[in-house]
Amino acid sequence: MFSHIRTIWLTFLHLFHKKVTIEYPDEKVKLHPRWRGRIVLTKDPDGGERCVGCYLCAAACPVDCIALQATEDENGRRYPEFFRINFSRCIFCGFCEEACPTYAIQLIPDFEMAEYKRQNLVFEKEDLLINSEGKYPGYNFYKVAGMNAGVKEKGKGEEEEEPVDVFSLLP
Amino acid sequence: MTIYIDNKPYEAKAGKNLLEACLAAGINLPYFCWHPSLGSVGACRQCAVKVFKDEKDTQGRLVMSCMEGVRDGVRIGVEEATAKAFREQVIEWMMTNHPHDCPVCDEGGSCHLQDMTVMTGHDYRRYHYKKRTYKNQYLGPLINHEMNRCIQCYRCVRYYHDYAGGDDLNVFAAHNHVYFGRDKDGVLQSPFSGNLAEVCPTGVFTDKTLKEHYTRKWDLTMAPSVCTHCSVGCNITAGERYGKLRCVVNRYNEEVNGYFLCDRGRFGYEFVNSENRVTQPLIRGRMSEAVSEEELMHELSVLLSQQKLVGIGSARASLESNFALRQLVGAGNFYAGISETEAYLTRLIVQVMQEGTLHSASLKDIEQADAVIVLGEDVWNTAPMMALAVRQAAMKTAANNAAAQLSLPAWHDAAIKELVQTDKGFLANITVAGSPIDNIAQVTVHAVPDDIARLGFAVAHELSNTLPALANADEKLLQTARQIAAALQQSKHPVIVSGLSCVNSAVIRAAFDIAAALNNTHWKASVAYVLPECNSMGLALMQAPSAERIFDSSNANDMTALILENDLYRYLPQATADAFFSRCSNVIALDSIHNNTTEKAQVLIPAATFAEADGSMVNYEGRTQHYYKVFIPKEGHIKESFHWLNSMRIAKNNRSNGHGLSLDELLHEAEIEMPVFEGVHDAMLSPHYSIHGEHIPREPHRYSGRTAMYANLNVSEQKPLQEEGESAFGFTMEGFKGQPPADAAPFFWSPGWNSGQSVTKYQQEPGGAFKGHIPAVQLFHDKVDKAPVFFKDIPEAFVARKQKWLVLPQYHVLASGELSSYTKALASLLPEACVVLSETDAALLGVRDGDKIRVHPGTTALPVKVHLSLANGVVLISAGLPGTEVYNWGDWVKIEKE
Amino acid sequence: MQHVWIVLGVLFVLLNVAAGLIWVERRMLAMWQDRLGPNRAGPLGLLIVLADTLKLFFKEDWIPSFADKKIFVIAPAIVVASVLMSFVVIPFAPGIVVADLNIGVLFFLAMSSLGVYSIVLGGWASNNKYSLLGAMRGASQMIAYEVFMGLSLMGVVMMTGSFRLTDIVEAQRSVWFCFTQPLGLILFFIAGIAETHRLPFDIPESESELIAGFHSEYSGMKFGMFFIGEYLGVTLISAMTVTMFFGGWMGPEFLPGWAWFFIKTFAFILFFILLRASLPRPRYDQLMESGWKVLLPLVLVNILVTGAVLLYLKG
Repeated sequence: MFSHIRTIWLTFLHLFHKKVTIEYPDEKVKLHPRWRGRIVLTKDPDGGERCVGCYLCAAACPVDCIALQATEDENGRRYPEFFRINFSRCIFCGFCEEACPTYAIQLIPDFEMAEYKRQNLVFEKEDLLINSEGKYPGYNFYKVAGMNAGVKEKGKGEEEEEPVDVFSLLP
Repeated sequence: MTIYIDNKPYEAKAGKNLLEACLAAGINLPYFCWHPSLGSVGACRQCAVKVFKDEKDTQGRLVMSCMEGVRDGVRIGVEEATAKAFREQVIEWMMTNHPHDCPVCDEGGSCHLQDMTVMTGHDYRRYHYKKRTYKNQYLGPLINHEMNRCIQCYRCVRYYHDYAGGDDLNVFAAHNHVYFGRDKDGVLQSPFSGNLAEVCPTGVFTDKTLKEHYTRKWDLTMAPSVCTHCSVGCNITAGERYGKLRCVVNRYNEEVNGYFLCDRGRFGYEFVNSENRVTQPLIRGRMSEAVSEEELMHELSVLLSQQKLVGIGSARASLESNFALRQLVGAGNFYAGISETEAYLTRLIVQVMQEGTLHSASLKDIEQADAVIVLGEDVWNTAPMMALAVRQAAMKTAANNAAAQLSLPAWHDAAIKELVQTDKGFLANITVAGSPIDNIAQVTVHAVPDDIARLGFAVAHELSNTLPALANADEKLLQTARQIAAALQQSKHPVIVSGLSCVNSAVIRAAFDIAAALNNTHWKASVAYVLPECNSMGLALMQAPSAERIFDSSNANDMTALILENDLYRYLPQATADAFFSRCSNVIALDSIHNNTTEKAQVLIPAATFAEADGSMVNYEGRTQHYYKVFIPKEGHIKESFHWLNSMRIAKNNRSNGHGLSLDELLHEAEIEMPVFEGVHDAMLSPHYSIHGEHIPREPHRYSGRTAMYANLNVSEQKPLQEEGESAFGFTMEGFKGQPPADAAPFFWSPGWNSGQSVTKYQQEPGGAFKGHIPAVQLFHDKVDKAPVFFKDIPEAFVARKQKWLVLPQYHVLASGELSSYTKALASLLPEACVVLSETDAALLGVRDGDKIRVHPGTTALPVKVHLSLANGVVLISAGLPGTEVYNWGDWVKIEKE
Repeated sequence: MQHVWIVLGVLFVLLNVAAGLIWVERRMLAMWQDRLGPNRAGPLGLLIVLADTLKLFFKEDWIPSFADKKIFVIAPAIVVASVLMSFVVIPFAPGIVVADLNIGVLFFLAMSSLGVYSIVLGGWASNNKYSLLGAMRGASQMIAYEVFMGLSLMGVVMMTGSFRLTDIVEAQRSVWFCFTQPLGLILFFIAGIAETHRLPFDIPESESELIAGFHSEYSGMKFGMFFIGEYLGVTLISAMTVTMFFGGWMGPEFLPGWAWFFIKTFAFILFFILLRASLPRPRYDQLMESGWKVLLPLVLVNILVTGAVLLYLKG
C-alpha cells in the first residue's frame, strides 16, 4: 500500500522534471553516426561499386524489401544489374548492413524521407548509390578476395602468395 | 546389424561404411571426399569419429568413418570431444587457404564446404599468414574454374576421370599445391562435365550459364521436373526468378539418373528464356497479327468447324497435350508428327515391350548389369546418361569381381581401383560408326545396320539352337557372335541396349531375340530401346499413324491442320513437309519457339515449355513421369498446350458451361479412352494433395525480395499467383514447412544442409531409395510366364550399291533433341554439320576431308569427313544440328560433288 | 425559465469539461512522463480537442456485420445519458442545482449504476469474444464495487441525517467530512475509480489482454460516446467526492462558491489522471478479491464505528 502511494508521489514529482521531448522540426535532432536511417550503397576507395550482388542483404531482410540481380563486367567483377529497396516496407532494422560482407550497404543518419506517394519510396540503384565510402573508409573487397575481378591479379592481393607453379615438379 | 553411435543403438546395413551408417541414421557427420556414387578414398580426413573397443573402452581411437566398415555391435563416438576437435581442426586447415570469396562465389548458399564448416563449428581464422593462390583455366562455356577455392578432396578427378571416363581433367603438381584442371586452357570434352558443379563441394567448378543471370539457391522458385532433351527422362529441378528460368540441377532418382545429368540436360534449359519464344497469339495476314485471346478463340471456332480437321501430335509434347489434341480432332484424325519410318520402328518397339516377355531396363538396371550389348544404338549421342550407365556397368562389374577376390567392401574405392587396374566388365559396343564408349568395350564392331542385325541374330542363334542360323555368314562375324554369346551366358543380369539410331527394324528384332534367348533358361536379361524424343514412347503408345499417312487418305486436300509443339521439318524431308503444307488450307500451330513449321501457320498459339507447364511423359522404358510447373510466365498468353486444346474443344463443341478440364480430369479421361495408360495419373501428385491442409511451397523459406521484386512496376504487392486446386505446389514460400515427399520435392534442403548433398536426408540410406518412395508408374508389365515369340526373318548381308549410298543420321550428344540447340552455350559447342563417308567411298568420289558434297535430295552442300572404320556404301549425315536437313533415313541416296 | 438556463448551463459546462479533459489528460500524462504532450494545434495545443472531435466525427462509423445492430447503437448512448442524469442532483453552488432531490445520494447511486448497462450491452452486441469478456468483467466489477460505494457514503448520510446533497454540503460548514469520514472518503474514491473503470481499474477494457474489451468493435462517434462517457464519469466522481467530503462550494469568501467547487473538482480530476500515470492494473481476481474480502468488510466497519460514535455523542 505504501509503495503505491510512494509511486503516485514520485510520478507527481515528474511534473517538475525537465522534459525530454525534442520539438522537431523546430529543433533538429542530433543523430549519432550509427543511427539507422536511409540506406545507401557506398563505393570503394577506387570509386568502384562496393556491392558485389551477393544477395545476403536481401536474404537477411525480414520484410523482404530488397531485390537485386547480380551481373558481371568483362573482368568478372560482380555488381548489381539493378538494386531496389522498397522503403515503404523497410523497417530500418539494419540487418542488411550487418549481413553485407563488403560494407557496401550502409544505414546513414537520415530519416527525413517521407513521401506523399508510396511509389516514390521505391529506390533504385541510382537513388541509393553515393559517391563515398561511408562509415568504413579504405575497404576494398576485391583486394582481399581470392578472385581476379580486374582489381588485382591472382597473388597480388593482401595476404596472398604468388600463384602456384603447376609445373614445379617437371625437371 | 546393430551399431552404437554415442551409446545409442542404430540399425545398420552390412557392407556399408561407418559414414554411410551415420548419415543413414540421420546423424550430421561432415565429409568431403566421399560421395555415394564415387565411394571412399579417405582423402579429406573430415569424417573422423572415435571407435571404441567395447563398452568399457573410454579412450577409443580416431578413425576416418568412411574408411571403416560397419561391424555388428561396433561402438563409435561422433560427438566425442577429441573427434569433434579433430574435425574442426581439419576444416580450419582447409580454411587457411580458402579465399574470402563467398559473396562472389556461385556456390554460396548451396555450398557443401559452407555447410560443413558451420557443422564443425569453425568460425574464426587464426592463421595469420598468406594464402596460396592458383591461376584459373578457361574450361569452355559451361563450366567456370576458380581454383583458389579448392580444398583438394579429389572428387572432381574421381568423378570426371574415373566415373565419367573423361581424360582431359586431371590432377597436377604435388604436396600443398596440387592442381585440378586441364593440361592447358580449353573446353572440357566430356558431355558430363556439368556434374563437376555439383560434385565439387565448393566453388571451384560452377555452372557458367547460371553466372549469366546468377541467382542464389534460396531465391529460386523451384519445382520437380523432368528433362525433355532425350528419351531417358532424367529427373531435374528447375529454378526460376524474375520470370526467367535460371538453372537446372540434378534431382536424384535412384532408378533413373541417380546423382548426375548430362550437359544437354543440365545446360539445355535456355530455350525457355529465348528471344525466339512465341509469346502472343498470332493470326497471320491481318493488319495487326498479334491478337487477344477473344479474337483468337473467335477465329479458332470458325476454323475448327471446318470438315477436314487433322491433328499432328508431338513426340516432345506431354501426354496430356497429345491426348487433348486427339480428343479435339477425333482419334481417326490424329497423326503422330514423325516420319513413317520412325513411326514403324517405335510401333515395333511398343509391340515388343507390350508383349511383356522382356523386362524393360531402367538406367539402374543397366548400371548393375554384368554384361551389356549395345546393338546398333549410338547411345553416347542419343541418350548420354544411358551411355554413362553402360560405362558404370563395365566399371562396376570389374570392381565387383575384384572385390569378391579379396573380400573388399564395395565402397573402398581406392583399394578396388588398385586391384582392378584396367579390367572392365563385359561390354559389346556394336555401332555403325563407333562411339566414345568403344574404349571400354571388350567387343567393338563397326558395321552397317543390316550386318549389325545379322550379328545380333547370330548371337541369338548361339544362345538358343531353336533360332535359325545365319545363311552364308562369314567366319569373323560368327566368331564375334560366339564371343558375345559366351559372355552373355555367364552373366547374371545382362542388358541389351538398342534403338532407333540406325533406323533398322532388323536391329530391333535382333536385340529382342538375344534378350529373349537369354531368358530361355531363366529370366535374367532386360532390354532398353532408345527413342528419339522425350515423349516418343508416350506418343507411340497412342498408336497414331505417322503424319506421312495423311497422304494416303483419299481427300487429303484443303485440310485444317492443328500442329502440336512440333517442327515437321525436323522429322520429315523438306519436300514431304512442303507437300503436306501445300495440301492444308489452314494451319494452326501451337508451339513455344518460332521454327519452320510455325512460319507456315496461319494461326500461331503460344505454348508453354516444360518449365511453365504440368505434364506427363513416358520415357524409353515405359516409365511415366510427371513434371510440374516451375513458374507462370509473365507473358500471360503462354499456356500449356492441353489448356488451349481444351478451350478449343469447348469452342468446337459449343459447350457453354465454360470450364475446361483440369489436369487430373484429363488424365482420367485418357485412362478410360486408352487402357494402355492405366495408372498414369499415379505419376502425378494430385492437385488436391496437401499436408496438414497446406500445399508444398515452390520457394525456400528464405526466398528474398518478395516486397521489392516488382515494386518498380507497382509498389502494391500483387496477389501471389495461385492456381486454386490446380497443383499440389504453391508459388510462394508459404505452405508446409517440413520435408515434402521426397519423390516430389521441389528442391532438396535440410537444416544445416543447404547444398544439393542434402538429398541424403531424403534417402533411406545414402545413394538409396527415397524415404516413402512411391513405385514408378511403369506402362510395360513383365509377364514372366509368357513364352516369347521370336523373330526369325534375318536380313541379307549388306552389299554396297553402285552410285547409291544408304543414308543414316549422325546425332550429336548436345543436339540430338530439338530444343537444346537454342541454348547459346551449347550452340557454341556444336560442330559444323558434315557428311561422313568411308575412306574407300571418299576415294571413289574423289573427295577429301573438308570438300563439299551434296547428298540428294538435300539442297545444301556439306563438308566431307572421312571415317576410317565406316563400312562402304553408307553415308552418315549430321542430324539435329541447326541448319541440317532431314532425309528419309535408311533410304538410298545419290551423292554429287560440289 | 431560470431552470432551463441552469439545465442548459450545466449541460454546456459538463460537455465542454469532458471534451477539454481530452487535452488535460493527454497533457498531464505527458508531463508526468517527462514529455510535452499535445502542443501543436492552437495555443498550448488546446485545439487538439477540436481536432480530436473532428476526427471522431469523420471516422468511418462502422457497425460490424456480425453485431446485434440495435443494441450496438443504443449502448454508447446509455453511458452518456446515465452519467448526465447523475449530474442532476449535484449542487454546483447555492441555487445552481438542477433538481435538489431529497434522495439525492440514492438517485446518484441509482443512475451511476445504470451505466453498467452500456458496458454489458455494448460488449454483448459486439458479438466478439474479447468484448463479451470485457462486458462480463465490467458487470461483475460493477456489482462488487457498487455495493460498498453506496455503503461508504452512509457514514456521511448518517452524520448529516439527510440524503439531500445540499444538506450534506451545508453540514460541512464547520468541518469537512474528509476529516470525520477519512475511511469513507478513501473507500468511496476507490469505488469511484472502479465505477468509472478508470486505470488502474480499467479491467473491462484492458488493452493488453482484451484489446479494449467492450468497445473493441466501436469506431467513430459511437466510440466517442464511450470516450465522453468516461470523462463525464471522472468528472462526476470528482464532483461527488467534493460534494460529499470536501465541502462542495464551501471556501473562503474571496471566490464565489461555484469557483471553489470547480477548483476542488478539478483537483480530483487531476488526481484521477495521476493515478493513471502511476499505477499498474491489478489482476482481475485481485480486484474482485479486494472488493469483496477487504473493502466491503472495511466499509461495514466504517458504518459500525460511525454509528457507534454518533450514538455515543448523542448520549
